[in-house]
Amino acid sequence: MPGATFRIWRGDAAGGAFADYSTEVTEGMVVLDAVLRIQAAQAGDLAVRWNCKAGRCGSCSAEVNGRPRLMCMTRLSELPLEQPVTVEPMRAFPRIKDLACDVGWNYEVKKRIRPFKPRPPDAPDGTWRMAQADVERVQEFRKCIECFLCQDVCHVLREHAKHQEFIGPRYFVQVAALEMHPLDAEDRLAELGQTQGIGFCNITKCCTRVCPENITITDNAIIPLKERWIDRHYDPIRRFLGWLRLKGGAGSGP
Amino acid sequence: MPDAVLPLPEPRRFGETQRRDVWWLAPLGTFIVLLAFVLYSTWAAFQGDHYAWGPYLSPFYSPELFGYSQHSWFGPKPVWWPSWLLFSPALLILWAPGGFRLTCYYYRGAYYKGFWADPPSCAVGEPRKHYLGENSFPLILQNLHRYFLYLALLFILVLAGDVWKALWFSDPATGRTTFGLGVGTLVLAVNVVLLGGYTFSCHSLRHLVGGCLDVVSRAPIRCRAYRCVSCLNRRHMLWAWASLFWVAFSDIYVRMLSLGLWSDWRFF
Repeated sequence: MPGATFRIWRGDAAGGAFADYSTEVTEGMVVLDAVLRIQAAQAGDLAVRWNCKAGRCGSCSAEVNGRPRLMCMTRLSELPLEQPVTVEPMRAFPRIKDLACDVGWNYEVKKRIRPFKPRPPDAPDGTWRMAQADVERVQEFRKCIECFLCQDVCHVLREHAKHQEFIGPRYFVQVAALEMHPLDAEDRLAELGQTQGIGFCNITKCCTRVCPENITITDNAIIPLKERWIDRHYDPIRRFLGWLRLKGGAGSGP
Repeated sequence: MPDAVLPLPEPRRFGETQRRDVWWLAPLGTFIVLLAFVLYSTWAAFQGDHYAWGPYLSPFYSPELFGYSQHSWFGPKPVWWPSWLLFSPALLILWAPGGFRLTCYYYRGAYYKGFWADPPSCAVGEPRKHYLGENSFPLILQNLHRYFLYLALLFILVLAGDVWKALWFSDPATGRTTFGLGVGTLVLAVNVVLLGGYTFSCHSLRHLVGGCLDVVSRAPIRCRAYRCVSCLNRRHMLWAWASLFWVAFSDIYVRMLSLGLWSDWRFF
């Protein structure tokens, strides 16, 4: 049975280093299989977070050979096994131990996004009507499994630590899902620039590249939000037309 | 936002990464190709000569508002033009398509990586600690992209008109104008198709035609337009590069004809 070397980061918030482990690999194995085999046979104290092993829970996010990936969805057959495979925790979040890091900041950010606020019901029985053309755009965003790989690869968080001024791609997807929802009546555009920092995104598309659910984060969520923000702040023509429309509407009312 | 500063690992040094692939190849390619295009187009714009041949007009010089070729809209160089300032018809108009590309969402991501290493590539260490993004001057001006889009749409109409004019050839001996088709006509036609694909796949256009609406189904024409632009938008990068190459090639083709180095092959 062929073997491979895994260079796994061991340590905690105070610091750490890579340690090499050799293990056998078999056909169909993924990186998480190898890490769990090492944990079972060689390093019983190795901390690793995992749950479904099927790419649905988003728990086993890590950096494999420098790329943010789900360990359970990264087949060893995709990697060059003649060199050690590096496995390290995500760099955009505080480290707890070994491959486990504290992603709690994300949940704090989520609490600050204005929730769904539906418009008044369309029918007397208190229900709404929606066309498929209107909901299909936001359905893509509902695929998110909150693995936070997009947050990890975003250089605004990872390299510049703008966690206090920037909510990151995952939460722009969340804002877009709410803001573009055909039933939603809440206005979230004011916060986009002021406290959520959409202006920090410089459209590198790294978030889109690492998304295991293939959500087109930059093109379908972030850029449309930027454009809506521009409507509000940088487009006097649209503002003037909107004002005229409002004035016309007010004048023609009862 | 949460108030506490997160205890993160030390940022990596410039270029430091655990990635094993040739991550520097794409930003280097962007740097080389975009720099070559900027240098060539600047040189071509300042020439002010050899930009037209017969019915063909270089797209770098179209529309020729003032100039000395038969394509000029308002005659030769205006008398009010300062004598100390170099005159070239391209300098009057090239800022508009240049601004459209400079503020394009795709190119922004590409040249931030290729020219500023901000970041050099995904998950690779950066050279600077300080970062303002597009929040302050000058990068906040990127938000003017939609105004350049409005101008770019007008340019597509003008360039389509140039293709029509490139179908009519004048016989220098008799002065008669006849319908014809040359390689140059095809070069200019492909140029319009590629520039049109690039312009109509623009993210700002996608927003303006229907993306700005939450209930787009109530506006069926806008709904169709949104779907069409979204379809083109999926290949925006491809349109961007193909149109960039071809617009430069179109100028080279017309320039070579004008210099007498190439000859135009006529189909009929």
